Amino acid sequence: MSTQASTAQPSYLVDTGARKGLLAWLTTTDHKRIGLLYLYSMITFFFVGVGIGFVMRLVQLTTFQKLITAQTYNALFTVHGVIMIFLFVVPGLPAIFGNFFLPILIGAKDVSFPRLNLASWYFFMAGAILAVLSLFTGGGAPDTGWTFYAPFSLKTGTNVSLAVFAAFVLGFSSMLTGINFITTIHRLRAPGMKFFRMPLMCWALYSTAWIQLLATPIVAITLLLVILERFFGIGIFDPSKGGDPLLYQHLFWIYSHPAVYIMILPAMGAISEIIPTFTKRPIFGYKAIAFSSMSIAGVGSLVWAHHMFTSGMSGMALMIFSLLTMVVAVPSAIKVFNWVSTLYKGSIDFEPPLLFALTFIFLFCIGGLTGVMQGALAINVHIHDTYFIVGHFHYVMFGGTGMALFAALLYWFPKMWGKMYSKKAIYVSWFPMFIGFNMLYFGMMILGMMGMPRRYYVHLPQFHTMHVVATVGSWLLVLGLIIFFATLLYGILKGPKAEDNPWGGVTLEWTIPSPPPLENFEVIPTITRGPYHFDQQEKA
Amino acid sequence: MNETLHSPDHHPYSLDEPHVEHPGYGTFIKVWAALVVLTFCLVGLSHVSQSYAVWGLLTLTPLKAGLVFYYFMHLKYEGSLFKIVILVTLGTLLIFFALLFSDVAFH
Ligand code: HEM
Ligand SMILES: [Cu+2]
Repeated sequence: MSTQASTAQPSYLVDTGARKGLLAWLTTTDHKRIGLLYLYSMITFFFVGVGIGFVMRLVQLTTFQKLITAQTYNALFTVHGVIMIFLFVVPGLPAIFGNFFLPILIGAKDVSFPRLNLASWYFFMAGAILAVLSLFTGGGAPDTGWTFYAPFSLKTGTNVSLAVFAAFVLGFSSMLTGINFITTIHRLRAPGMKFFRMPLMCWALYSTAWIQLLATPIVAITLLLVILERFFGIGIFDPSKGGDPLLYQHLFWIYSHPAVYIMILPAMGAISEIIPTFTKRPIFGYKAIAFSSMSIAGVGSLVWAHHMFTSGMSGMALMIFSLLTMVVAVPSAIKVFNWVSTLYKGSIDFEPPLLFALTFIFLFCIGGLTGVMQGALAINVHIHDTYFIVGHFHYVMFGGTGMALFAALLYWFPKMWGKMYSKKAIYVSWFPMFIGFNMLYFGMMILGMMGMPRRYYVHLPQFHTMHVVATVGSWLLVLGLIIFFATLLYGILKGPKAEDNPWGGVTLEWTIPSPPPLENFEVIPTITRGPYHFDQQEKA
Repeated sequence: MNETLHSPDHHPYSLDEPHVEHPGYGTFIKVWAALVVLTFCLVGLSHVSQSYAVWGLLTLTPLKAGLVFYYFMHLKYEGSLFKIVILVTLGTLLIFFALLFSDVAFH
């Protein structure tokens, strides 16, 4: 309970402790500040990743180019993949918005283990620094692709060991965050905040946290085995020593497929918050969305081998995993139907967060449906390891999670900084971003259908036209990203003051000041009903 | 856990129900002997043929692990919630094994 008298608490952005400035931030245990620490570091990594993607696309502007060597290209896509996956999309929404908003959404003052929370951020940064070190030490930047497939990852002279160890350390950050969120949701809900009264973002974070906690140790151990194999030749994956390289693929994907749900579930959670707010309607099918999050987490853990259809797995396994993959599409589709039904006959405010939420739905549908295509065995054999896959996963991870992260950023921005960005500039940034995105990644999918393999540093003349289209698309996309983030940065520094509830939202974060006070609530609220009731506002 | 705050009967699922009587050294030694015997069985099986070795590993090793869990790690004396959690975990593990074997067993 709050011990607060009538005087309002200062905002969390004001240093109230003994330490000031940077030191206060680096030693903070406030979930909101930790969320921002993650945000700033991740956006930095994201732009490094974007820069590398941009360079890779430049390279494809010429056929049989001499700009960079094959080895350099291998290093580029590996580092790009590692950064984007391990430092951006996997931790992205939970670490930033989960940290910042989970406690607020359930009416708590902080997460269960605030210090562990800070420790997670340090694990995250340590992993990131190790990953960067791996580029410049040992045999140089790893060239295995972000998947570190054995036996190549065991044989290559590049610094795979350190890169893999970096991913191992990052895993700890993920697990600790998972433990923290699960405990927070179980123990710190405000009085009356029953499970089925939680905003859907909390359900999404809850199911994600279980995956983080249960799946991450598998990849951690697998990666450790790669290191042991490289140093001591224990022969678990190396076929020349009696090991089984397919075992590596199994173990890797047992984590890494669920990891795509770590990426997408919180994104779906954020969308489920945004859509009711801008349609002023309770979400259609609350329980269906909540349960679909849990069933995606469950069934999604059993489909990993759809990444291995051409690896020489048994026919039996092929059929089982193809079937299970189709099944997991169902709960995802349920969510899409529910969002669209919520929009139907809603009173829609077409604000920037909704624009990006709709962009998410559109791009995610393309990504998801092409995913189902790949789940079909006969098709998969033809498009495996082509640009089709590269197009597909950028639609899901960037068009899906990336866009949802942008939408969430636009939605919660006024709450987080107490400032407002220029909506006009955001609309302006959307056009090049959206057009460029589709030129780039739809172009890649067409290239894949034509037969262009992925991870090649040159291409044959018949692929040239589409490669040029894709590269020009990447310029537009990067332009859009720059306008977008410049707008937000300007908003943080110079934006006008935001209201406490600029969008007319009804979840708890909109009942407290912008930016929130240090302990979020002066008095812990008592909850008497579900999260999306707009009737009170209509009367007002 | 809040041992001082809640009495066990208010907390039917408490992880720390009062420990019933602990086993004596006799039990531990018997279990240990059983583990040694099982180990010899496994080694023996591995000399018969590879498939015997694999089936032995798949059946006897979980049994050994079970004994260790149950007696040495005191699972036997834990509350029901704890046991359920472990069962669910093992069930999950079994599903994963089954799926992996859908590949390995049909090569
Ligand atoms: C402007 C932004 C981006 C551009 C231009 C870009 C471009 C590319 C290119 C050219 C490749 C290599 C294709 C190949 O030769 O196989 C690639 C691979 C990849 N990208 Fe991106 N990308 C961008 C953003 C992203 C984002 C936001 C993510 C994740 C959220 C992402 C994740 C990946 C992954 C995982 C790979 C595979 C790496 C590997 O093969 O090991 N990319 N990207
Ligand atoms: Cu997958």
